[in-house]
This record gives sequence, structure tokens and C-alpha cells, in this order.
Amino acid sequence: MRGQRPHRGLAVLVILLPVVVLVMWGCQPKAPTGPEPGVQPTPAEENQAATPLESGAKAPTGEPVKVGAIFSVTGNNAPLGEPEKRAAQLIQEEINAKGGVLGRPLQVIVKDDKTDTTEAVNAAKDLINTEKVCAIIGPSGTPTTMAIVPTMEEAKVPLVSCAAGMKITNPIKPYVFAVPQTDTLAVAKIIEYLKANRIEKVATIYVKDPYGESGQEQLSTHLSKAQIKILGSESYAKDDTDMTTQLTKLRGLQPQAIICWGTNPGPAHVAKGMKKLGMTMPLIQSHGVANAKFLELAADAGEGVMLPAGRLVVWEAVPDSHPQKPILKSFAEAFRAKYSKDADTFAGHAYDSLHIVISAIEAAKSTEPAKVRDALEKTKDFVGTAGVFTYTPQDHNGLTKDAFVWVKVEGGKWKLAE
Amino acid sequence: MTTPRARSVFLGSLPVLALVVGVVAFPLVFRNNYVQSVGATIGLYSLVALGLCLLIGYAGQVSLGHAAFYGLGAYSSAVLTTRLHWDPWLAMLVGAVLTGAVAWLVGRPTLRLHGHHLAMATLGFGIIMQIVFIEGDELTGGFGGITSIPPLRIGGLSITGDVRNFYAIWAVVVLCVMASRCLVDSRVGRALRAIHDSETAAAACGVDVSTYKVQVFVLSAVFASVAGSLYAHYITFVSPDPFSLAFSIQMLVIVIVGGSRNVWGALLGAALMTALAQQIEKTDAIKDLSDVAYGLVLVLFIVFMPAGLAGALSKGLARVRAQRADENA
Repeated sequence: MRGQRPHRGLAVLVILLPVVVLVMWGCQPKAPTGPEPGVQPTPAEENQAATPLESGAKAPTGEPVKVGAIFSVTGNNAPLGEPEKRAAQLIQEEINAKGGVLGRPLQVIVKDDKTDTTEAVNAAKDLINTEKVCAIIGPSGTPTTMAIVPTMEEAKVPLVSCAAGMKITNPIKPYVFAVPQTDTLAVAKIIEYLKANRIEKVATIYVKDPYGESGQEQLSTHLSKAQIKILGSESYAKDDTDMTTQLTKLRGLQPQAIICWGTNPGPAHVAKGMKKLGMTMPLIQSHGVANAKFLELAADAGEGVMLPAGRLVVWEAVPDSHPQKPILKSFAEAFRAKYSKDADTFAGHAYDSLHIVISAIEAAKSTEPAKVRDALEKTKDFVGTAGVFTYTPQDHNGLTKDAFVWVKVEGGKWKLAE
Repeated sequence: MTTPRARSVFLGSLPVLALVVGVVAFPLVFRNNYVQSVGATIGLYSLVALGLCLLIGYAGQVSLGHAAFYGLGAYSSAVLTTRLHWDPWLAMLVGAVLTGAVAWLVGRPTLRLHGHHLAMATLGFGIIMQIVFIEGDELTGGFGGITSIPPLRIGGLSITGDVRNFYAIWAVVVLCVMASRCLVDSRVGRALRAIHDSETAAAACGVDVSTYKVQVFVLSAVFASVAGSLYAHYITFVSPDPFSLAFSIQMLVIVIVGGSRNVWGALLGAALMTALAQQIEKTDAIKDLSDVAYGLVLVLFIVFMPAGLAGALSKGLARVRAQRADENA
């Protein structure tokens, strides 16, 4: 035993620690009433002050326009949340350099839900009740989005989700919108191709995860409606690297084409397996592999692979006459310049959701959540990265199958095949 | 415990009283829904940690699979109320019985194992259960989960919103704290502590070691199951996400930080670690290093307070008492 001093100090520390945490926690800034919100400027805001204004732009002044963002920056969905967060920060800088929103600075408050539904609910409540945001973009995943839907509906604050699940906008919930292209639209695009090439018998192989299961579900529903027969379906686990067993089974069924539904790296192994087994029928992939990673992983086995893709990943191949081209080019180039990485589909979702919210605020000339919601529902012909959006009271997803282009791998590059 | 029985009961009921007062006052003091919902989350975690605390601190068995029991409770409630339209309370009860039965089946063989092997077995069980939630398409909705779970009802009152859920969850926590205190102060509690210190010695004194171990394992699983049911009716949506290994580890951290040799450790640990995680998220300077900051706090605790918050607190109190006695002498 040492002297009593240190121990007493320890006891005091123990008692103080929770108290300190609770006090820090209780001292949350009250909702700003005057023009002087009692909040320390965050590093982001200080940066804003430092961002050079574009020529002819007026410096944004007054109370910030607060938009909440919930992304899975860590956890299982980090590959989605990370680019989304980066895109949101990039856009905040761009908007403020152009004079802000309604002449006021834009403040995007990003919270990490750690890919956890409980965290997502707490994050949404914090953004709504403490930060008093006028809208929230995200969450990244379908489960986290579904978990916060009741909270958004109850608080009457609009949500523009970055997740692709069908349940999010079907049935319609007044305050919930979404920006990703749905699996249904991708399947519609695939059916277009199959019909044009008189393919009537296919086999499917999909990954055992939410994305793969949803795709398989949509394929089996819509292909049968289109009189296209699925001869057989096989699945593989997310980390599998050898699909020859499943492919051998499918080969025995003699399909005219194989449709694979998954995200990297699995589908590249499917392409390699088919090459190894000498399967020469067309391989159709989902939009989940529309990025440079697939080309790299599949290498020469990827030659001839076809898929529906959003225009962002193949922006260089989009003709200059296309309405989306200018924003695809400027966003992709700005993202590349800031992060030395290519903007992927998920970065695009953050771009679309944030810009749609901003234009709704501008249209409503207000940051009242209910007015922003009404303006959101009137979004018409908004040109985004995923497509051209038109929301209506009956459609909170806003895209058509024209959001997809049909691309083919030729010479190790994405080529438009329309 | 060397204090006379009467005094320990009195001193023992004082914290319970303080807890009740704190619980009643919390939503009245903090009007912000966010703070209330974090309070409710702390309640849910406290309940799971309480069971784990009995298992670790009193019976000396480590479980890395408690997310499975939490999930079983949540899914039982979700499936029975949405698919079969059962009454939520009945669903909660059936979920608890089902979880208890599963825990008994799992516990009988695995609790014969010691140390690492037991941890590995429960770890495996936790992973298996998460796969069951994912693959039980027809029943569990797979990755998409189950939506529109009805709220709990008391008479004509629906328990919706943060305040009502906060009270419902904490009412259960208070009851379970009282039950746990009775348990640890009883003959059974002494037997469990004996097992914790030395199974061989306890068996030599006539303690039925394996039966007690299985029973406390079942009890802790039931606590987790009830917490899961409360979670399902509060959030009204379940998916396989929250019932992962990460959750089991988080509960373990809560128990270690709070102190496992004391029932209050579960509550202190849950409150501190949950509030801390939220605070880190709100502090821009360390936000991006949230995992590092969280880990650092954990390491500091293990180094400076091996007995956890509750352990250090009770030590401090004992010291103060001893000093008073010295002065009076």
C-alpha cells in the first residue's frame, strides 16, 4: 500500500469523470435565436472563411443554413460513407465560394452512424433537436435509413436518402425521398437488352448480401413478367474467390446469358471463372461493379462484360451534347483534384441529395423543414449525377431507366454500347 | 462484506432510491429528444450489461455472444407482433422464455469449457445467430429486416416517443437492478462468488458449480432478451445489423469499465461509455479519431482502475468511512 493521497485523488477523479462528461453533454448550444449563435466556429467554418470567393460572388453572411448528413463513415458500410462524406465537404466549400444558400453560409453537419441502426436514430435526433437542421441527407445504407424513417416522419423534417432499398420510397412516406437508381430500373435496362437480342433463357448468380438479394428478387419478379425464363440461380458468399462450382452448375443448364449481381470483388471472380470454364455466353453484370476497380480485378476476363451504369463512372464517354455532361465533368474533376481519387457512385449520391436539398431551400426561400419538403416534392428536371430527377407526390425516387446507360468493357475500358 | 446486515441494506437502498429519483427527473431536466433517446439507449445497454455483469463478475464466465440473446429478444418481439399480431408484452415474455431455453441449450455444453474456450464457443454462437437472422428470409426479412413493429401498450396508453420509452425501459432496469441485488446478497450470490474465485474450492464446499453456472448464464441471456424486445418496440424496426460481434464487445467494454464485481458497474459503465461515444462524435477536433479516443479511455481505465468505476468508487467510500472512524476514535 502506498500513501492515501493518490487513492483519494483517484476516487475524486472517478466521481468527477462522469460528472464532467454529463456537464459537457448538457452544455449543448441552445438553438440560436439571434444573429449570433453561441457556437464556436468549427474548423470547417474557419476553412470556409479562408476559401477564396469566386469572382462576382458575394460573401455569404448571417446565420448558417444547416443541413444534416448521416453517413456510415466507419463500420461495414465505410466504403459508401467515406466518399459520401468527402463529396459533402467538397460541395459545402463550392457552394460557399459561390455565395452560399439564400446568401447565407451553408453548413453541412456530418454525423457517422458507424453502420449501426441505433447510432443512426440518435444521430438523426441530435441533428433535428439540437442542431435544428432543415433537412437530412443519407444515411448510406437501407437498414439505417429504415431505422430513422419513423423519427423523420414524427419530427416532420425531410430526408433524402442515399440508399437504394425499394422499401424506402415504396410505399410513399411524405418526408422521405431517395436519390440512388433502384435495382428495378437496372433490371428494366437489362430486360431492354435481353429483348433486343432475343435472349429468353438466363441463369443468375448473386452475392449473399443485401445488395445481391435485392437484385435477385427484382430479377425473378420482372424477368418472368417479361417472359424471360431463369433456368437456375446460384449464390456465393461475399469473400468467395472461386465460383467455378456454381458456374459449372449453371453451365449445365445451357442459358443464353448469365446475369451476375454483386459488388467488387466477387463479380470479377465470376468473370474469371467463366473464362476458365470456356463459357462464351454473354455475361451481364449489375451497376454495382461500374467502377475502375472491376476493370483492374477482372483484367482480360472482363472483356465483353456488359452492364447498366450510372453516367458518373463513365463520364468521359458521355457525349458532350448530353445534359448531364457539364455537371458530371465538373464534379468528377473537382473531386479528383481535392482527393486524388475518382468520384464513385456513392460520392454521386451525396452530390445529388445535397444539391437537391439546396435547390429546394432556394425554391422555398425558407429553411422551414415543412416548406423545404413541399419544395422537394416539386423538384422537376433536376440534373444530377445519377440522372435527371423529377419528384412527384406519387414518386419520391424521381428517376427513370434512362438514368442508366448500357456499357461494355472494350480494351480494358468502359465503352458506351448504345 | 464486513458491515452489519442492517446497515448494508440501508446503504444499499440509498443508491436505488437515488437511481429512481434520477430516472424520474432525467426527462424533466433534459427536454431535448436527442438526450432523452441517448438516455433510453443507456437504459437498454445497462440491462444487457447487468446480466453480463452477473455472469462475469459473480460467476467468472466471459461471454462474447450476448448480441445473439439481445437479437433473439428483438426478433421474437418483431416476428410475433408483426406476423402473428400478438400482444407486445406476451411476445416479450415468450421471447424471454425462448431465449432462456436457447441459453440453457448452449450453456450446458459450453460452460464446461474454461477461459479462452468458453469465450470462443460463445463467440461462435453469436456469429451463428447473426447468420440465422440474415438467412431466415421468410421469418426475419433477411437483410431488409422487419418494419412497422407496434409500440408497447399499458392499458389504453401507447408507449411511443422518447419520454415514454425512456420511462418504460428504465422501469425495467430498476426492477432488474433490485432483483440482481437480492440475488447477489443471497446464498446463491455467495455461491457464485465462490465459483468466481475458485471452482475447485467451491465444489469442495458443496456448491453445485455447473448448475449454478448454467442458471446465471440463462438469467443473463433473459436480461439481454428483454432489452432486445424493448429495443424493437422503441425503434419499431429491426435488422441483423445491431446484433453483431461488435455489440457483444461493446457490452464487454461497458462491464469492464464499469466494474464487474458490483451491480452498479453495469449502469455506470453504460452511462459513461455511451455518453463518451456521443460526446466524441460532437467534438470536431477528435471526431475523425473517435475509435482512437474511445480505445484510449478504455486503456486508461484498465491501467488505472482495474476494478472499474464501481470498484474505485466503493474503495473510495470505504476509505472515507475508515477515516471518519479514525477521527471519531
